[in-house]
Amino acid sequence: MTTFDSDEAAHVHRHLHSHLPSDPALRVRTLESLVVDKGLVTTQDLDSWIELYAGQVGPHRGAEVVARSWLDPEFRARLLADAAGAVRDLGYHGHATGHLKAVENTDTQHNLVVCTLCSCYPFALLGMSPAWYKSAAYRARAVREPRKVLAEFGVELPEGVAVRVWDSTAELRYLVVPQRPAGTEGMDLAGLTALVTRNSMIGTDRDLKAPA
Amino acid sequence: MTLPEQPVFDEPWQAQALALAERLKQAGLFSPTEWAETLGAERARQAALGLPDTNTAYFEAVLVALEALTERHAGITAADRAGRRAAWERAFAHTPHGKPVLLGAGDHGSD
Repeated sequence: MTTFDSDEAAHVHRHLHSHLPSDPALRVRTLESLVVDKGLVTTQDLDSWIELYAGQVGPHRGAEVVARSWLDPEFRARLLADAAGAVRDLGYHGHATGHLKAVENTDTQHNLVVCTLCSCYPFALLGMSPAWYKSAAYRARAVREPRKVLAEFGVELPEGVAVRVWDSTAELRYLVVPQRPAGTEGMDLAGLTALVTRNSMIGTDRDLKAPA
Repeated sequence: MTLPEQPVFDEPWQAQALALAERLKQAGLFSPTEWAETLGAERARQAALGLPDTNTAYFEAVLVALEALTERHAGITAADRAGRRAAWERAFAHTPHGKPVLLGAGDHGSD
């Protein structure tokens, strides 16, 4: 006769579940295997995307674009007129750079980028978007009270500086071109690139620092 | 709002979900606009329900949007997902610790 030990059964049950991934992890795995079976994407496509965007890209490409615009007036003019073309010339192809607009900060204008609908972001230049960019709070408040949001990021704008908020869409993303900090004359591309922060290219940072 | 820098991904499934969305968009299964609208609608639904505004909630919305768009454009139904998920759960339960978890031959294709 088979005996049933409820404690033992509960233990086995817990043991099984301890090896199961979380609900969302299982849903992703499920969907991934179904679309791979249908031939819509390959596992290699997915892995290469994660490796590239989660690991390698980061904001370095965007920073280099900005630094180059400080050094080369012709490149800057092209960047502001046709950002997608200028970025493509540097060899930074990417889905997210297809429709890109560069907006420059000046002594009288500060630019701030948001995606009020969801989280559109120039991945190919800036890497993965920070968690706050995707939050409902930032998406709503960046438009409603940009100066207050900026202040929370430590950016106190003088009265004479206007804020322009750019709302990204699936078809058009923005790159803020921050101002070159004083005291950086004579620095080369690599040195200048290192000064450009990710947030300065979203607009939640403004005054970049020259090295001490 | 939360200002301290947080990790972009809290867990690997979040990166996998975003990779799926980007690659399916590139493959032309849906347009960038349709993606943004579907994800935006789910984010709005979460906000209307008063769900917490966290990174995890964002990626859960990504997952819901992915399930909706693969159903709409690739015919992957809730029943397909349930069947495949059960297969994965069986595979996890029967794979010894430390070994890669793989689906059995019968768990692929037209199950």
